[in-house]
Amino acid sequence: MMASQNSETETPVTNSKIQKRQHWLSVLAKSPLEPIEKVWAEYSGFVHYELIRPPEIGLAMVRARTGGTGSSFNLGEITVTRAAANVQDTTGFGFIRGRNKRQAELMAVFDALLQREGTAEELMRKLIHPLDRALKTAADERSAKAAATKVEFFTMVRGEAD
Amino acid sequence: MYVAVKGGEKAIENAHKLLAEERRGDVSIAELDVKQIQHQLKLAVSRVMTEGSCYDEELAALAIKQASGDLVEAIFLLRAYRTTLTRFFTTEPIKTETMQLCRRISATYKDLPGGQVLGPTYDYTLRLLDFKLAAEGGETAEVDVANNHNLESMPRVVDVLNHEGLIEPAEPSAVPEEATDLTREPLKLPANRPTRLQNLARADEGFLLALGYSTQRGYANSHPFAGEIRIGWVSVSVVPQELGFEIEIGEIEVTECEMINQFQGSKVVPPQFTRGYGLTFGHSERKAMAMALVDRALRCDELGEERIAPAQDEEFVLAHSDNVEASGFVQHLKLPHYVDFQSELEMIRKLRDKRNLSGEENSDG
Repeated sequence: MMASQNSETETPVTNSKIQKRQHWLSVLAKSPLEPIEKVWAEYSGFVHYELIRPPEIGLAMVRARTGGTGSSFNLGEITVTRAAANVQDTTGFGFIRGRNKRQAELMAVFDALLQREGTAEELMRKLIHPLDRALKTAADERSAKAAATKVEFFTMVRGEAD
Repeated sequence: MYVAVKGGEKAIENAHKLLAEERRGDVSIAELDVKQIQHQLKLAVSRVMTEGSCYDEELAALAIKQASGDLVEAIFLLRAYRTTLTRFFTTEPIKTETMQLCRRISATYKDLPGGQVLGPTYDYTLRLLDFKLAAEGGETAEVDVANNHNLESMPRVVDVLNHEGLIEPAEPSAVPEEATDLTREPLKLPANRPTRLQNLARADEGFLLALGYSTQRGYANSHPFAGEIRIGWVSVSVVPQELGFEIEIGEIEVTECEMINQFQGSKVVPPQFTRGYGLTFGHSERKAMAMALVDRALRCDELGEERIAPAQDEEFVLAHSDNVEASGFVQHLKLPHYVDFQSELEMIRKLRDKRNLSGEENSDG
């Protein structure tokens, strides 16, 4: 519904900027708070931010599709937390599933810092890449455990052996 | 009808204290904490989130603790909590084909691409009480992941194996079906399929289970097959106004069931398999299967089938599926109905007097 909003400004450059931002926002939303808090400890001494929207908890209605691909329907809600913060003139946002005000706040601050030239590269290296790797490792572990329960069927054929 | 009464405050206060004491139980035994419930009673948490219609494991666990394990009461608590929150978003439809799978089975295709993945299932367990669990500090056996390979995301079985077109496709209908949001608008009948599916997703598992079972036993001849059941994690995306583009805000675990049902065909549609769909929060396989059976039965009008069974009766099913409503109405019978009952007593007395009188007249005649 909002997709057309960018159509006028969509260029390959803004597209790749958006993709990068989508990536780090996704990583920050899916990661646990603890490692984010650890990295923040390195920055908290000199980064000043202003909360333009203090963290607040609300809901999102999750939609799904009939048969997976048909018309959309309302499955049920999830709790969400949102926040917005300014680091100088850059606004960052935090949107996460669940109720975690602290994480939404830090996510907003890091979203702002990741958009700023001075801090972007360092934060990608110190924060986003390690978190991304940790998420992949956790997903691989989950997947490997499921894979261990994969069934190999044998069709029984009488009088034959191989 | 019930009437307001005064008094009883002291008794109510003490009843609450007694309830808290009962909930806590024997204080010489360690108190359950919410995290334990969240992580060790996962299937109860899934049910409360699904029927409470609010995915939040921690809140569901808290509700279970507060309700002393009464899941319908816990569902009520969760529903009540969600009314205190503002809705920020409606998400993009989740893409269940991209699910990171924990389980995926099909009862219709043996050699399906990607294979049958059992996942954590009770299916092959012996239903014998395991006294090892009763002993404290038991360690769990590690899953052998020596083969060390991962599961790729797997396409939906029905989509992959429907080369011959013998199964109806699931496409958005030509005339867009606007899903009513039942949390904001009352149910109107006839309801379209998206609206029915929201109702069924929130519906009581036991009610759907019984109705689904009835379709298998011949009350609505549906001949179902479990085309595919999958459990896994999907990303949830929203498009915040402030950003104007889609972002992922986290993952949720869901259970999806695609039933395939025989269909004799109609004047316009050749004989083919039709589909029923079930989707729930968390790990709720029985509910997802029952939901798919009932979804299919409720499609009788659309498919030109004769409405003969309770499971096909939209009004009956949708109006009685919600356990918060049902529990409220059944339990309101406990409220004082003294005046009502007094008036009925009067009426019965009068009726009896009348009958006695007319009886005397009859014997006279």
